[in-house]
Amino acid sequence: MQYQYFARFRYSPLIIHFPGFFAAIPGHAEVPVVELTGAEIVVQALKDEGVEYVFGYPGGAVLHIYDAIFREDAIKHILVRHEQGATHAADGYARATGRPGVVLVTSGPGATNAVTGIATAHMDSIPLVVLTGQVPTPVIGSDAFQEVDTVGITRPCVKHNFLVKRREELAETIRKAFYIATTGRPGPVVVDIPKDVTDPNVKIPYEHVKKVTMRSYNPVEKGHPGQVRKAVELMLAAERPMIYTGGGVVLGDASDELTELVRLSGFPVTNTLMGLGAYPASDRQFLGMLGMHGTYEANMAMHECDVLIAIGARFDDRVTGKVAHFCPNAKIVHVDIDPSSISKNVKVDVPIVGPVKRVMHDMVNVLREQKSAINKEALGRWWERIEGWRRVDCLRYDRNSERIKPQFAVETLYKVTRDQDFYLTSDVGQHQMFAAQFYKFEKPRRWINSGGLGTMGFGLPSAMGVQLAHPEATVACVSGEASILMCIQELATCKQYHLPIKVVLLNNGYMGMVRQWQEFFYGGRYSHSYLDSLPDFVGLAQSFGHVGMRIEKPADLEGAMREAFGMKDRLVFMDVVVDPSENVYPMIEAGKGHHEMYLPPQLSTESELA
Amino acid sequence: MRHIISILLENEAGALSRVAGLFSARGFNIESLTVAPTEDPSLSRMTLVTSGSEDVIEQIMKQLNKLIDTVKLVDLSEGPHIERELMLIKVRAEKGTRDEMKRLADIFRAHIVDVTDASYIVEMTGDGDKLDAFIGIVGPDHIIEVVRSGPLAIARGSRGLTV
Repeated sequence: MQYQYFARFRYSPLIIHFPGFFAAIPGHAEVPVVELTGAEIVVQALKDEGVEYVFGYPGGAVLHIYDAIFREDAIKHILVRHEQGATHAADGYARATGRPGVVLVTSGPGATNAVTGIATAHMDSIPLVVLTGQVPTPVIGSDAFQEVDTVGITRPCVKHNFLVKRREELAETIRKAFYIATTGRPGPVVVDIPKDVTDPNVKIPYEHVKKVTMRSYNPVEKGHPGQVRKAVELMLAAERPMIYTGGGVVLGDASDELTELVRLSGFPVTNTLMGLGAYPASDRQFLGMLGMHGTYEANMAMHECDVLIAIGARFDDRVTGKVAHFCPNAKIVHVDIDPSSISKNVKVDVPIVGPVKRVMHDMVNVLREQKSAINKEALGRWWERIEGWRRVDCLRYDRNSERIKPQFAVETLYKVTRDQDFYLTSDVGQHQMFAAQFYKFEKPRRWINSGGLGTMGFGLPSAMGVQLAHPEATVACVSGEASILMCIQELATCKQYHLPIKVVLLNNGYMGMVRQWQEFFYGGRYSHSYLDSLPDFVGLAQSFGHVGMRIEKPADLEGAMREAFGMKDRLVFMDVVVDPSENVYPMIEAGKGHHEMYLPPQLSTESELA
Repeated sequence: MRHIISILLENEAGALSRVAGLFSARGFNIESLTVAPTEDPSLSRMTLVTSGSEDVIEQIMKQLNKLIDTVKLVDLSEGPHIERELMLIKVRAEKGTRDEMKRLADIFRAHIVDVTDASYIVEMTGDGDKLDAFIGIVGPDHIIEVVRSGPLAIARGSRGLTV
């Protein structure tokens, strides 16, 4: 700190006009040091990180920061209507772009409202930087107005969090937050900033911290070559191989490498709910989603395989079913960037810790170099069995119904939007599963949903983040009448920022998934799953300044959707009235194995199929 | 099986609660935990005693390593190591038992660090079994108060757990 030159902070753009002055000082480069207040440092640090949007909601503890934002146009602030919406919107932005989403909320209730969104991002490993205001340092711990222990509350649902006690630490802490959030296994990082740290009356020198190194945090860069070779040996020896990939392939931008590996090997591939789009869904080698509501062919292939290659997936209970019955005859290779994901739920034979992109690249290279080849003959027999399972047509539904079937609604959505630059967000429940089963995602980052935490209310605000990230793209949110009401207030945000999102509400008048479980497992006692006082969604959308539509007949659906998606500059809320009794099939009951699926009632029983 | 894990942590506010929170959130056992700064004031060293199956211990090690504040860690139970615990025990030392208490302390190579006409405070180090043995032999009737540090441990040999 020997040479410090304090130029007056000039608001946007930040330019220092005296380069000669600085150059004249011996031994010092021409990098001027500017003096900024804590609040200005926050904004400048975000600018230096290349942040485009901040999703937030003001309040007492962050007013200094909001004042600095007011004077800075490089960062666009999106005012949400509830802090949960801010975190989900930033999350949607991050999922659709791969860049970190940024959130700014106030202390106390601002922070606690953000927690659901932070936990959602944590469970799905989404990079977020969440700046929360805090009461001034001298009163921390005194139960001050709007005080809450944000670091304590968020600790179990963040990748890391910080409390910034001195303004001198602010710039480096924000740099570290972005570094931690975006590297290794990504995740949300909370930076709690007491109000006095952003005091507008105190200025300190600010320099952009370009590189951060942390002795305690060094994400792996590649997989162990010996383990990669072992994995390839297993692949070559396999007679009934299966590739199972998860959200890690999407997060790790490794879709091309996966596609190459799958095509080169000729192996069947299945994706988890989080991994959809990592491999083109219309390809023959794709068996659809696996797990609780996965396809018959994917789950049966999992159950019968002799070598399982798991990539960027974490063996979630919704995927594995009963662990004791999981892939009973398979040698398992598991590639993941997070060592703690490996052998957590299922013991694996060949663990490979590393970024999936790099590891799959290496696997492809080793596979190409091998003298021996894939056992094509056995693979051919394996594919014959798989095609047999595929012929069961487990996603069959009644296409002649007089009511709109939710499956038909998603298929129609696919038909109408398939040729567009299209992103689909989802809420949580039956509609989410129907979308995952029936919408064919050809590219990664196009299917945006809360998989791990299963957060109702995620769909609409996350669509806002996606639409802001891709203003020219078509963005739709598939939702249910229960989920949508959990963040319905964000329709106001959509109006304010002219976000032409298309809401496809599959309205069955029930919390569909709850109703389905009550039908299957609770003797049809529909305890509190019927929403008998639903709003008029058309009127509701209109009251927020949007277009509302109600569609009740199958024959009207495609025309209505085409009309809705034709309104390029309007948010259109489609209240699609669907069959209230429809269930999601196939279904594996919690605690059962992959081979114990419920199939649609019109299909014969599993034993007859075999 | 009982495992004794040594962790080098960044000496940051909240680092201890991250470790404690991890154990409660994931339902891991924690028998004892001691922590203090090292010769490098930016680092804390934690000694943690836990138990569980090999799978559980593997997860514990991985989850601890995943904490951003964790610099290094080692499961000392995997090799030869030295384990010590400090105990301060206040015992009744009245007429009739005073001499016996003194003799017991000597036998256990302990020190008497505070004396009144009715009590001693005995300072003692050793592994947990030794401290348990002393407590057992003194007996509940003669114990006023016990405070134990929980074990500290270090691996034998010239190699160290350092940055």
